[in-house]
Amino acid sequence: MYRYDQFDHQITAERVAQFRDQVRRRLSGELKEDEFRILRLQNGLYMQIHAYMLRVAVPYGLISAAQMRMFASIARKYDRGYGHFTTRQNIQFNWFKLQDAPEALADLATVEMHANQTSGNCIRNITCDEFAGVARDEIVDPRPYAEILRQWSTFHPEFGYLPRKFKFAISGAEHDRAAIAVHDIGLSVVKNAQGEVGFRVLVGGGLGRTPIVGTEICDFVPWQHAITYLESIVRVYNEHGRRDNIYKARIKILVKALGIEEFKRQVEADWQFTKNGPCTITEAELNRVSACFTVPAYEQLPEGDSAVEALQRDNKAFANWLQRNIKPHKVPGYAAVVLSLKKTGIAPGDATAEQMDAAAELADRFSFGELRITHMQNLVLADVRQSDLVALWKAADAMGMATPNIGLLNDVICCPGSDFCTLANARSISLAKAIAERFDNIDFQHDIGDIELNISGCINACGHHHIGHIGILGVDKDGEDWYQVSIGGSQGNSAGVGKVIGSSFAFSQMPEVVARLLEVYVRERHADERFIDTVRRIGHGPFKEYVYATPIAGDAKLDGAEYASLEKGTPYDMPYYSRRF
Amino acid sequence: MIIKNKSVVDDDWSVLRLNEGDTTESVAVPSGKIIVPLKVWQAQRDKLSQRADLGVWLNSDERAEDLQDDLAKFAVIAVNFPKFADGRGYSIAYHLRTRLGYRGELRAIGDVLRDQLFYMQRAGFDAFAPRADKDIHEALKGLSDFSLSYQASSDEGQPLFRRVQRGGAA
Ligand code: HEM
Ligand code: SF4
Repeated sequence: MYRYDQFDHQITAERVAQFRDQVRRRLSGELKEDEFRILRLQNGLYMQIHAYMLRVAVPYGLISAAQMRMFASIARKYDRGYGHFTTRQNIQFNWFKLQDAPEALADLATVEMHANQTSGNCIRNITCDEFAGVARDEIVDPRPYAEILRQWSTFHPEFGYLPRKFKFAISGAEHDRAAIAVHDIGLSVVKNAQGEVGFRVLVGGGLGRTPIVGTEICDFVPWQHAITYLESIVRVYNEHGRRDNIYKARIKILVKALGIEEFKRQVEADWQFTKNGPCTITEAELNRVSACFTVPAYEQLPEGDSAVEALQRDNKAFANWLQRNIKPHKVPGYAAVVLSLKKTGIAPGDATAEQMDAAAELADRFSFGELRITHMQNLVLADVRQSDLVALWKAADAMGMATPNIGLLNDVICCPGSDFCTLANARSISLAKAIAERFDNIDFQHDIGDIELNISGCINACGHHHIGHIGILGVDKDGEDWYQVSIGGSQGNSAGVGKVIGSSFAFSQMPEVVARLLEVYVRERHADERFIDTVRRIGHGPFKEYVYATPIAGDAKLDGAEYASLEKGTPYDMPYYSRRF
Repeated sequence: MIIKNKSVVDDDWSVLRLNEGDTTESVAVPSGKIIVPLKVWQAQRDKLSQRADLGVWLNSDERAEDLQDDLAKFAVIAVNFPKFADGRGYSIAYHLRTRLGYRGELRAIGDVLRDQLFYMQRAGFDAFAPRADKDIHEALKGLSDFSLSYQASSDEGQPLFRRVQRGGAA
């Protein structure tokens, strides 16, 4: 974990006091809602369909067991006993009261947590590779840089009122697991030919209404200059980004309008004033911050474990779990374990207070008291002894967190949709559930293999539908939930935006649509070829033809007794959860 | 009344805003201490240059660099916030202070609210005219929301990591 010092504590405490006073002034009427809205958003407090929603920051996705227990406590004390982990590695509580928010922030501050800049038109919480520090393909651990940038961007006086939200992601491995290409600024920590560390900087990526893959603005910014260089990018954006039209206010539109060459010229002109100035990062500061990340006391262990291998032979469920949920670790004898929050019947990314407490317990027992939150909306225990895998599996399974489906069909990325979100056109969670039920057979999922199914309830793309191998977008037709389907999108090193296959479908048709896409894949695939690679090889045509070849039952109306009870706007709520894990 | 140097003080400046029908060339600039729009200054430069009691204000879409050669001529420079959520004024202030070396009064005018004052002060403003419907003494409290900041800006040229000895590994 990163250890805060007295300065971090003081700033966090002053923020809590500031927000407490802002809420007081709102409740007394001194602040009008339109004045207060921006202040509460910068403290992660949204107004949703049913209630306020509090989004709490998990800087670069790293969290201690104590912090996880605090989430459980917040869920019980101020919410309905659960929380939702998001694609931006944060957590959201859906049923908040405005009056409770200051108290919750004070509770969070006791474990060095906060809701700073989790929303609003400022630099948002910086996201990071969830396997940072342990991945075998890592070039440089990005977390110290993420922390340095967290401090730089927190309450930055010039950038609190940008034209729009501003998102950074950072990765330090060969394989990008932080979707850096679809962020306003994507950073990849690299080494040059001399072995020096620097940043490859992408700018102007993003999803939403106009999905764009980021463009390289510089292939190597030496790490010492990260703050000054990035500050210049944000400054040029602050001055020249459009403010007349919120759909055109993102940096991606500015970069497109100016062209990358002109944008780069302006950034470098600004940078000349600050380059080598006081904001240049010092070796001492990098060392200090790096040292504040506790390094687990790894033991010297052999690679592999005989008990694990024995159970793997005898127990199919365990074998499946090892295959899908365990990731390689750079230290021999250790493994990184993904705890799935994608059990069928549960909203993707949701965890109950009991599960959060259990996850904290597992972290204490098996992983040096640390966890990570992934942008795929799962949890990670990054430092597990291979010899503990059997015990961990049993304990996680008992809590409904060992579904062996990481990277498979039911490991869906999904936004809240119209079950919660005021902006939604259609339900996402309920659709994820309907699809998951259709493909609940784990053998079938394993046969299909790696695939990413992403669902957003509207064009804002919070569920990353554009970069799903299969992407589903909720659209509104005469007040009914309809869905547009795209295929061929991807995150990672070869990020790209998917292409829509044709006209949209009713809610009840969607499981069949996905089934047909998979049928084409199964028919056409080469051995060991992933869905996305088949799409790339044979193109959209065969998929499109087959999906539309014959009508799909369930046109127009949301028929089927199961969905009939889910009238539009009916909240997805605890009754949906099977509490029998 | 305005806030200046962290206290509420009387203010005898007035701000000229163009009315419908006024043009930057034709508008009559009254005598007395007056803060005129940048465009009026540019249009009536010859006439106005003679005056010692002149200020100028920039709108959020105008650039500090436009005043580059004239900075010494103004007793006050103001930056207008058409909406409190329009954050361009912060970068304008930062440029005036750190790049152009402006040392005179830098005043935030327009939709200026208590909860924005702390950042405004950090970006380089030393004077604030909070919106008329707000209690100015309440607004003053906004300047002391935080006693500490991580990053450098106009008010503080050094980031926290160069200013203090921070905790390291245990
Ligand atoms: C309170 C409910 C939410 C609201 C009102 C909301 C609002 C929005 C809006 C307006 C956008 C469009 C931004 C743009 O195109 O410029 C957006 C994008 C996005 N949101 Fe949300 N969102 C919500 C919940 C979520 C959740 C739960 C997640 C994570 C699971 C999330 C993650 C994202 C991401 C990753 C994007 C795409 C960002 C990009 O284009 O760079 N949001 N959201
Ligand atoms: S994609 Fe749309 S529906 Fe889904 S959370 Fe974002 S804004 Fe809401």
